[in-house]
Amino acid sequence: MSNSFWSMGGYARYVWPSVAFACAVLAWNLWAAIRYLAAARQRTARALAMAASDSA
Amino acid sequence: MWTWFYRLASPPSVYRVAAALTPWFLTLAAIVIGCGLIAGLAIAPPDYQQGDAFRIIYVHAPSAWLSLFAYTTMAVAGGIALIWRIKMGHAVAAATAPIGASFTLAALVTGSLWGRPMWGTYWAWDPRLTSELILLFLYVGVMALRPAFEDPSRGDRAAALLSIVGVVNVPIIKYSVVWWNSLHQAATVAKLGRPSMPGSMLWPLLTMFLGFMLFYGAVLCIRLRGEVLNRERQAVWVREAIKSR
Repeated sequence: MSNSFWSMGGYARYVWPSVAFACAVLAWNLWAAIRYLAAARQRTARALAMAASDSA
Repeated sequence: MWTWFYRLASPPSVYRVAAALTPWFLTLAAIVIGCGLIAGLAIAPPDYQQGDAFRIIYVHAPSAWLSLFAYTTMAVAGGIALIWRIKMGHAVAAATAPIGASFTLAALVTGSLWGRPMWGTYWAWDPRLTSELILLFLYVGVMALRPAFEDPSRGDRAAALLSIVGVVNVPIIKYSVVWWNSLHQAATVAKLGRPSMPGSMLWPLLTMFLGFMLFYGAVLCIRLRGEVLNRERQAVWVREAIKSR
């Protein structure tokens, strides 16, 4: 990649942190959503297991 | 007449459709955002006034658009849940809130980084910036209000009411640059006439809009499945869904 691309015409310290922050928000959203679903599955499985042991 | 709608909005149906759509939305979002970023950062020409600093628009504008879109979705879903008593409306609203809040924060941070070289300051109490900050507070309020009640259904109703009341802020954000003197530039894409942007700059921006919308769809589907499981833990179909994993 050419140097002018990375320097962004002298605005690199504003452009790249903006892009990095937006990408971090995208990554956080995906990670948090997957974690939320996994936690919900775990809680549901635990509740089902408890209900099964109660009825046994 | 509305039977199909109620059937589609039933928890098992929502869970199944969301699971089926997620990989499609996610794959398409990755491709479209990747293409949009390359086009915006490397292919689009620099602006004649702002130089390369204008490239921040490719992450700032889609984030800001999504912050408004997610809030409107949350209010509409809350309204549907209150009026027609479709409980999945509350689930959609709850799943949307953290996504919208994070993109509002992204819009504020990237806007601030764009403001420094263009306006000489990271922050000004400008109508557009202030109303966007109020949007972030509204999101935080809605997220905090839902679990503040012991009875979850009361929490859902209170959050829906707050989101509906707060939706008045959406047109204020949109038209703040028209109604008041603002440091923020006027609309460049969503104008009644022609967009004030050349095509070479516009198509990467539209690509990023599409990519962010697809990403929103993917994350909403994942969160929605979690919401459905949390709300329907006692249902028989949930037992089957968990077993079949």
